[in-house]
Amino acid sequence: MSQAEGQQHPIKIYLWIWLLLFVLSTFSYLVDYYHLQGYLRWSLIIVFMLLKAGFIVAIFMHMAWERLALKFAILLPPLCLLILIGFMAVEGDYTFFTRGAAFLH
Amino acid sequence: MAHDAAADAALSPLQQVAGDFSADKNAFSVPWGKAMMWIFLLSDTFIFTCFLTSYMNVRMSTTTPWPFPSEVFALHMFGQDIPLILIAIMTFVLITSSGTMAMAVNYGYRRHKRNTVLLMVATAALGATFVSMQAFEWTKLIMEGARPWENPWGAPQFGSAFFMITGFHGLHVSAGVIYLLVVANRVRKGFYDKRGSYEMVEIAGLYWHFVDLVWVFIFAFFYLW
Repeated sequence: MSQAEGQQHPIKIYLWIWLLLFVLSTFSYLVDYYHLQGYLRWSLIIVFMLLKAGFIVAIFMHMAWERLALKFAILLPPLCLLILIGFMAVEGDYTFFTRGAAFLH
Repeated sequence: MAHDAAADAALSPLQQVAGDFSADKNAFSVPWGKAMMWIFLLSDTFIFTCFLTSYMNVRMSTTTPWPFPSEVFALHMFGQDIPLILIAIMTFVLITSSGTMAMAVNYGYRRHKRNTVLLMVATAALGATFVSMQAFEWTKLIMEGARPWENPWGAPQFGSAFFMITGFHGLHVSAGVIYLLVVANRVRKGFYDKRGSYEMVEIAGLYWHFVDLVWVFIFAFFYLW
């Protein structure tokens, strides 16, 4: 094993991340509570979401301390999904357009 | 592993990757169960992304307005409607369960059995609380007329996306509660002392944190968007 026995880190770091996740969740809730709209709303939601996801994967799931081979094997394949999301966004846009056109005629 | 730690540290990170994959040894220097759990979670990532992507697609393509989640999921408390309050509480419950799970893994590796069991049972209890609140939310929405094919607030696709995504996530949480209780019981009985390794607790923890991770994305894209 690369570590003596599994992943051993001070408890303190988990408590800090826990607190941080609470704060970030509160922020994302406040985005809705104060009715922020448009690009400000969407970018804040995505920033808080990615920060939370990053801390969970890196610290709680210990990915930060794993070897690069495992990080690559697990974190790179989901990038394919960006292509799916892109295609489906284009498709959704097109469907909306054709539906609109069908209703006009 | 047999490889020399000092020689390994002298390599660049990419050379380490090349070495790990090409040398005559296991590619990943983690227990096989942990590598397999990660690969399972990778496949689950694809499933949940497919759900969220199809939700994006139907929401973009519908010509009827999408229901306003802030109002649909509001609860009437203390004489006023508080937007999304139940969802916010559910989020905090799930994050808290992730925190207790991370500490359970830590105590496991320290061979502190009592704290490990207690923290895992607390995690499972928080998970069960989450599922109960979700059941309440489903009941409330169904009573108000939400169905997978129609709802009183707007685009009919809202119902199918909602029941599919939160249902599949709730199923994961429920399975996780059972999984955690099984592992906690094994810790209590000293199963992992006999085996000489507490890695199973960490592997169960990986699954649990993933459930929390998925909720982060559902919360952002379904409830807040």
